[in-house]
Amino acid sequence: MTDLSTTPSLDDGAETSTTPYLEVNTLTVRFPTHDGLVQAVTDLSYSVQRGQTLGIVGESGSGKSVSSMAILGLHDLRSTRLEGSIKVGGQEIIGAGQSIMRPIRGADVAMIFQDPLTALHPFFSIGAQIIEAYRIHHKVSKSTAKKKAIEMLDLVGIPQARSRVDDYPHQFSGGMRQRAMIAMALVNDPKLLIADEPTTALDVTVQAQILDLLQELQREFNSAIIMITHDLGVVAEMADEVLVMYGGRAVENGPTREILTHPEMPYTWGLLSSVPDVSADTDARLIPIPGNPPSLLNPPTGCAFHPRCTHVDKVPGELCANQLPELLPGSHGTGHTKRCHLSNPEEIYAMEILPAIAPDRLPGTGDPVEGVAGTTTEEGR
Amino acid sequence: MTEVSDHAAAPGPDHTDPVLKVHNLRKYFPVKSSGLLQRTLANVQAVDGVSFEIPQGSALGLVGESGCGKSTTGRLITRLHEPTSGSIEFEGRDMAKLKRRELLPLRREVQMIFQDPYSSLNPRHTVGAIIGTPLEVHNVVPKKKVLERVRELLEVVGLNPEHYNRYPSEFSGGQRQRIGIARALALQPKLLVADEPVSALDVSIQAQVVNLLQDVQKEFGIAFLFIAHDLAVVRHFCPEIAVMYLGKIVEIADRETLYNRPHHPYTQALLSAVPDVKQAAVGGRRDRIMLEGDVPSPINPPSGCRFRTRCSLAKEICAKVEPPLLQIGKRHKVACHFPGELGKHPETPITSRLLGVDESGNPDPGATPSPDLSDGPGFADTWVDLDRRTVAHG
Repeated sequence: MTDLSTTPSLDDGAETSTTPYLEVNTLTVRFPTHDGLVQAVTDLSYSVQRGQTLGIVGESGSGKSVSSMAILGLHDLRSTRLEGSIKVGGQEIIGAGQSIMRPIRGADVAMIFQDPLTALHPFFSIGAQIIEAYRIHHKVSKSTAKKKAIEMLDLVGIPQARSRVDDYPHQFSGGMRQRAMIAMALVNDPKLLIADEPTTALDVTVQAQILDLLQELQREFNSAIIMITHDLGVVAEMADEVLVMYGGRAVENGPTREILTHPEMPYTWGLLSSVPDVSADTDARLIPIPGNPPSLLNPPTGCAFHPRCTHVDKVPGELCANQLPELLPGSHGTGHTKRCHLSNPEEIYAMEILPAIAPDRLPGTGDPVEGVAGTTTEEGR
Repeated sequence: MTEVSDHAAAPGPDHTDPVLKVHNLRKYFPVKSSGLLQRTLANVQAVDGVSFEIPQGSALGLVGESGCGKSTTGRLITRLHEPTSGSIEFEGRDMAKLKRRELLPLRREVQMIFQDPYSSLNPRHTVGAIIGTPLEVHNVVPKKKVLERVRELLEVVGLNPEHYNRYPSEFSGGQRQRIGIARALALQPKLLVADEPVSALDVSIQAQVVNLLQDVQKEFGIAFLFIAHDLAVVRHFCPEIAVMYLGKIVEIADRETLYNRPHHPYTQALLSAVPDVKQAAVGGRRDRIMLEGDVPSPINPPSGCRFRTRCSLAKEICAKVEPPLLQIGKRHKVACHFPGELGKHPETPITSRLLGVDESGNPDPGATPSPDLSDGPGFADTWVDLDRRTVAHG
């Protein structure tokens, strides 16, 4: 481990490509409130390597943002109880003081927030905010920092960056603001970039631009990216690995292709079947997940998903209601883990779920890849 | 019938009379100078000449990027905004010109579902009061029967009828959206304007609300104007879809045509930008058409075709002449000088002869503009056949 009292920034020189840059181990986050203890994240473990993208999927309240804020040490320790371990480039984050956190935050680990209008300060120009982010970590003059800011705005595709650098956030459009925030996050060449719903507030055309930009920048800087989103389409196109969260816990984890083509957890099935697809059959009804997300004050006993799960009766006894399933390897593929009591998930998925959500991918109807490889506009002749 | 098998009509909406006809609707928001005089400096052309119709009990989807005027259109139809010009014909009466008092009975027929279930319900009113108020305002049921009707409505939208005494804060986002739907249904409207009804909800809840809207549509025969930016949800819900760009409809067609054979370069770019879950099986990103830059300002839109500044096909004529919304199929209209399927756009503008201009858009003294160019709200029986450049009949 690097001793941080002597080096201001984490050095990645000693790292090999196989050691994950970020390691989260049995992380638990609790918030004491007037109504009781809110258990926002429970026993969460994952890791990300440089150059890789991890997609975290889940609904609001599943703990996806809370866990990533813990990586930056953004929780107020007076009102938060953190347990477990988070290691960024070998440095333990939990329990680390501000003197350790400050050089990491913004330099080694940067974050892109969902809403650029609230994340940017309305009172300072875009340039001033990027310059500040740069000068905190680099001892350079203001003019050098401004050059860097213009260079970054240019990189993220802001037209006439030289004149726009002095504009205020309200003078930018939504997509440009998001790009400006990405420029600010990338100004210190972070090794880990956390993007919390970076494109949720944006139109599809702008979303495509931002996603392209993130991928280009990842290639250039070899950064690790954590992509928090609820859009499985974005995950499918961006992420190497997916972590599905429900009620503060990881419920399914593995390579994107595995998770989205052979999901084994009913919640993941529900997510896949509840969103319409641009090429799906329009007569098919959407199959919603019944009920509402769980309360984190009083989480359900056993598997947190069991009150909404339509497959509970396939598990003998009251197992789902009484016993929390372990995160165990799935029956298909390597690195695929799931938290579910079902003994034959693959069978159920093939028999019941797949016919409903993607009849064209049923075995026997040809290669699943065909017909979706090109743009939708090219098919249908 | 001529060779137009390409454009098979969507089943259903053809033969019924439209419940709503919108013709050349415009809304300009004035930009005023500060100070005492408040002179009008410019106009934000939020909606600029939009025409469409919605068949009875059907649904028209309105998609486009933010700022394209789709929400303004919805608010004009419910008369939450005063239209600058144009007509909104609802069951034969022009709503655009009615006075407040005359409008009141029509308000029963056209209701709205809002995007944000948190700000569209009064937090200090009980659910019973929220849903019951429209019933009382319009004297639909006797006072004593209001509660009974409220309970019925709560049951229709899948909430517990005993919860009429609760406040909105006691419900989750999805449940609140159901309350908003119950309120809209209270007056048994014939047309519901749904402005992004599911985009504020969690993914798992969105499907519940979309299914509920489909159920009430079937049960009560309500027509929908469904405004959303999520192309997949709109495709799922609406048999006909209009794509808006900068205050104008650029393409309108039945869903099968619009999603499989879009002819406008903007629609093509929009559709190619949607991330696809199925891409997981392939890996990597889909090929997509990149649009350069941002949407231009609606205060000072580009001359001619408004999309030309970001269009890869743009030629001289695009800057000079605005393309009309031309019917090119049985239920397919497109506003482009070079309409065609992706990669098959014509070399020469198909509109030049119809508009009486030459191929670069200069007035052509020899040609006479075609009188057939109707910008009416519906679809005509004749249209321009793209391959033969002649008029085809249905």
